[in-house]
Amino acid sequence: MEQEHSALHTLKDIKQMMERSSRFISLSGLSGVAAGICALAGAWFAHRVITGKEPESYDYDSLTIGNMLRYKLFIIALLTLGFAIITAFLFTYTKSKKNNIPIWSTATRRLMLNFCIPLVAGGMFLLRMLELGYFELITPGCLLFYGLALVNASKYTLGEIRYLGYAQITLGLISCWLPESSLAFWTLGFGVLHIVYGVAMWWKYDKR
Amino acid sequence: MKNPIENLNKIFDSRIRLGIMSSLMVNEDLNFNQLKEIIGVTDGNLASHLKTLEENEYIKVQKGFIGRKTNTTYAVTQNGERAFKQHLEGLGQMIRLLE
Repeated sequence: MEQEHSALHTLKDIKQMMERSSRFISLSGLSGVAAGICALAGAWFAHRVITGKEPESYDYDSLTIGNMLRYKLFIIALLTLGFAIITAFLFTYTKSKKNNIPIWSTATRRLMLNFCIPLVAGGMFLLRMLELGYFELITPGCLLFYGLALVNASKYTLGEIRYLGYAQITLGLISCWLPESSLAFWTLGFGVLHIVYGVAMWWKYDKR
Repeated sequence: MKNPIENLNKIFDSRIRLGIMSSLMVNEDLNFNQLKEIIGVTDGNLASHLKTLEENEYIKVQKGFIGRKTNTTYAVTQNGERAFKQHLEGLGQMIRLLE
C-alpha cells in the first residue's frame, strides 16, 4: 500500500517537472480579463473618433508609416496595446510569484518567441496595409494574426489558449466579409473573448 | 504475475535524477543553469546526479561555448528514454494495482 502511494506521488512529481520545464504555466486568467477590459475601453474611444464625436485632424489619404502618430486612432491603438500588456503582465507576475515559479525561464522565452513570430510578422504586414490604404482588412488581419500567434504559442503554455486562438481566427475570417462591422468584430474578439476566456481560466486554475 | 516493482529503475529513485530525466524528456536539450533553475538544487548536487546519469548512458553531454563561456548541454539518449519509459510504465502498473 505504502509503495503504491509513493508511486502515485512520483508520477505527480514527474508530470509537474515536465510541465514546469516545457510550458509556462503561470499565465493568469485575470490577465485575460484585464486585457479584455483595456480592449473595451480602447474600442469605446475608437468609436467616438469613427462616429465623428472626436474627429481626426488629418486625412487618412496622406497616412504613411512615418506620420501615423498624428492620427488619434493610431494613438488609441498603441495606448490600448500598452495598457493591455502591462495589466496582463502584472497579474501573471503575481501568480508566478505566488506559486514560486521563476517568471523568466526557458519556458517563458520559448513561449514569447513562438507567440511573437506570427504577431510581429503580421504587425509589419498590417502597417504596410495601412500605408497602402486597405483599411477594411485591418481588423480581420489583427484577429487572424493574433489567433495564429495564440495557436502557435499554445504548445508552450496552458493548452486551452488554443481555443481562444481558433475563436479569434474564426472571427477574423468572418469579418473579412463584413467590413462595415469591423469595430464590432474587433471589440468582440479582443474585448469579449478575452474576458470570457480569462474568467474560464481563472475558474479552472486560479480560483481558491 | 511479475511483480511490477521489477520495472522500477534504481537509478531513478532519487528525486533529483527523476527531475533531470523528466525535464530532458520534454526538451530537446537543456544546459546546466536551466536544469538548476527547473529542479532548484545546488551546483554540486546537480553535477553529481548528472554524472551518475551520464555514467549509466542515460544522458549525453555536449560541451560547447557561448562566446568565451562554457556551455554544457544535456540530452537524453535512446537508452535513457527507454529506461525512463519503462520506469513510468512500472509506476503506472503499481497504481493500477490499487484500482
